[in-house]
Amino acid sequence: MLEKRSTFCKIYYSHIQTIKVFLTSTMFLSWSCLFFSCSAPTNVEKAIENQILHFGLGAEPQYLDPQLATSVSAHNVLSALLEGLVSENPKTLEPEPGVAESWSISKDRKTYLFHLRENARWQNGDPVTAYDFVYSYRRILNPDLGSQYASMLHVLKNAKAYHQRSIPWEKAEVGVRATDKLTLELTLENPTPYFLELLNHYSWFPVHPPTIKKHDAFDRIGSQWTKPTNFVGNGPFKLKDHRVNSVIEVTASKTYWDADNTRLNGIRFYPIEAVDTEERAFRSGFLHLTQTVSSDRIDYLQKNHPDWIHFEPYLGTYFYRFNHLTPPFDDMRIRKALSMSVDRQILVEKVLKGGQKPSFCFTPPNTGGFTANDQFEYNPQKAKFLIEEYLLEKGLEEMPPIELTYNTSEGHKKVAEALQAMWKKSLGIEIKLLNMEWKVFLSTISKGDYSMARGGWIGDYVDANTFLHMWRTNDGHNQTGWSNQKYDQLLDLAETATDSQVRLNFFQQCEEILSEEVPILPLYFYVHVTLRHPTVKGWYPTLLDHHPYKFVYLEKEEEP
Amino acid sequence: MRSFILSRILQAIPTLLAIATITFFMTRFAPGGPFDSEKAIPEEIKVQLESHFGLDLPLFHQYLLYMKNLLRGDLGPSFKYLGWQVSELIGISFPVSMTLGTCALVIALIIGLPAGIIAALRKNTIWDYLPMSLAMIGICLPTFVLGPLLILVFSSTLNLLPPLGWYSWSDLVLPSCTLGLFYAAYVARLTRAGMLETLKHDYIRTARAKGASPARVVYKHALRAGLLPVVTFLGPAFAGLVSGSFIIESIFFIPGLGKFFVTAAFNRDYTMVLGTVLFYATLIVSLNLLIDFLQAWLDPKAREQK
Repeated sequence: MLEKRSTFCKIYYSHIQTIKVFLTSTMFLSWSCLFFSCSAPTNVEKAIENQILHFGLGAEPQYLDPQLATSVSAHNVLSALLEGLVSENPKTLEPEPGVAESWSISKDRKTYLFHLRENARWQNGDPVTAYDFVYSYRRILNPDLGSQYASMLHVLKNAKAYHQRSIPWEKAEVGVRATDKLTLELTLENPTPYFLELLNHYSWFPVHPPTIKKHDAFDRIGSQWTKPTNFVGNGPFKLKDHRVNSVIEVTASKTYWDADNTRLNGIRFYPIEAVDTEERAFRSGFLHLTQTVSSDRIDYLQKNHPDWIHFEPYLGTYFYRFNHLTPPFDDMRIRKALSMSVDRQILVEKVLKGGQKPSFCFTPPNTGGFTANDQFEYNPQKAKFLIEEYLLEKGLEEMPPIELTYNTSEGHKKVAEALQAMWKKSLGIEIKLLNMEWKVFLSTISKGDYSMARGGWIGDYVDANTFLHMWRTNDGHNQTGWSNQKYDQLLDLAETATDSQVRLNFFQQCEEILSEEVPILPLYFYVHVTLRHPTVKGWYPTLLDHHPYKFVYLEKEEEP
Repeated sequence: MRSFILSRILQAIPTLLAIATITFFMTRFAPGGPFDSEKAIPEEIKVQLESHFGLDLPLFHQYLLYMKNLLRGDLGPSFKYLGWQVSELIGISFPVSMTLGTCALVIALIIGLPAGIIAALRKNTIWDYLPMSLAMIGICLPTFVLGPLLILVFSSTLNLLPPLGWYSWSDLVLPSCTLGLFYAAYVARLTRAGMLETLKHDYIRTARAKGASPARVVYKHALRAGLLPVVTFLGPAFAGLVSGSFIIESIFFIPGLGKFFVTAAFNRDYTMVLGTVLFYATLIVSLNLLIDFLQAWLDPKAREQK
């Protein structure tokens, strides 16, 4: 029996040997695969030669129809594929000739006459005409299309009335008219100083009428015209490939009027949403540019790779909303006290640490030439006094706990916790933090079912109007229940003002009202933190994070 | 056997219909909608968008319409990725997840099965403790730790493999290993347990007594029955693997199905949620059916019962 067992063990042992041999060969094969699959030049290394920019896009664009698109990522792709009447200076974003080679403005500053260039072409060779622009603007304003950005064109005369179905197109006399093939006349409702800048928003880009008609997309969402085989654009690049959640590839267009000065041969946009993955992609030479940087990595990158990390001003404000319809925020003293006891400097320097600027007004500085005076003061002593006054008047011993709602995110949590500590320390107020999934959060805020909630706003164009307009009575973005007749009147006056200084004064008064009544609590101005490879040239910091690609090129780093 | 297959298929249909119904109503009862965004949409535009996607109809009417389309094989358009049909997006991303999942499973089996067999045969020796400890580490080490670790070693340090993407065959190595090693740990432990249980049986002793060679005892008699727990595990595991992993796809930037599965719920992309859930459910049901057949083939007792 014993002998039999030992024989058995021997054979078992040989069996294990077989498995060992098998495992060793598997490992050998894997290592061979690893060895042979290795060390191809990276995208960044190849790019100097092939002039292809590898761009971290962040999110996948929802749709590549300029009149239905709604995101920053869509802008980043569409601005390569399409060009509007004007283009942008890469450093200042000042309007420069685009499809229109020149323009003139009437004395009352309400009528713009654009002269289109003869050599502007769609990618299929068709000329870009003034009629194409009329067709495009009619399409976006068509209420049946359901464009979310159609309101950007409400500056055109009668556009709002047509868009809101008050008047049919034939009778509406919307302020857009092609006087001939190459002349487009746009008439505005009011003089609009930022009108030319507005034209660089993708909602003003033209679409190719025959393509739209072919795919029955004039008033239909989700048609197939945006697919690479169908897309016809007029920009410096044309759509070559679009694989959802993988890559959007564009190549230089030969029909573009300024093709000779476009230095990149193509751009590959990668919708990498995970911030850490995007950074890894950058570090390994897969990307030239990232969309953002994780706040936890900023210190490390600043110390070790100062030539990669860039802090660029960004036209946006981070704030908290107060619900004016429920106590205690129906009382101005509480709103003021909370605002006065926030040390914004500490918040940006010790908590956020991403180069953000503390905000003591709502509109970011130097927005279209407007810089509001710092109005929201920091005064914890006065804040405490205001709270005591409130408690005495209401016959309360202490403030009831207040709920602060924010959407689930580590960044928002960090800010909320910092403020929770500040308010506890300065005012003795208990703040209950309530985080919610994004869509639940949006639904809660729009129903007004909150006490105090996080908010953020990125300007659509470089003018104070894009910020201050939010707080008009019943504006869709207001969502605080706050209403001030004088504020609304001042904005109305600013809309019709012809003198720019007078207009800026109206904005200044609006800011004063905001700081006086504190419907919101501005905390900081955004900064765009990004990683950019030193080989990327012709890329400058701009407030809207717009970077006209035709000026961008890739050049070998200079030896130190 | 034929009646068994038929009855299982007939059982699958109401299961899928129930899943479709529950998912449909659960998505609709979740707060928020597909067109909610931080930038407020004018009410008339929202109405227009909802009418375009049929969301203005009474809920039950929407349900009947959806089921009618579903029976025709139409999963509807995605609310998030405009211009794309849900079936089109699943059709694009499933082959990616299928390739990744299959490779991961092959790695899991190549590593897990021999490790489990060795551990069972050399119980309470270093050959048992070592693979089982590694397996325990593998189970405890989440893929979001293992993935970046592998990238750090093989991509950032050794510069052997691409750190992310899905553009060439070499892109497959790291994500498959990350996913495969995690499953290999389970396979190893289940194989060991199954083998140990089987090796105790009388028929194994009989086989040995009758002079069957040890290799024959293992391969012919013990392995078939010892693998039953692994086979049971493989059904849902394979369905999980080929329907994509959100974490792996995020770490390695892979355009698989897992991302749609998770983000569809966050985006309230109703049709995409339903499409991916139904697709996953169909996979699970089909693979469970397949596993039943496999078990019947592997285990004569089960075959007789069925």
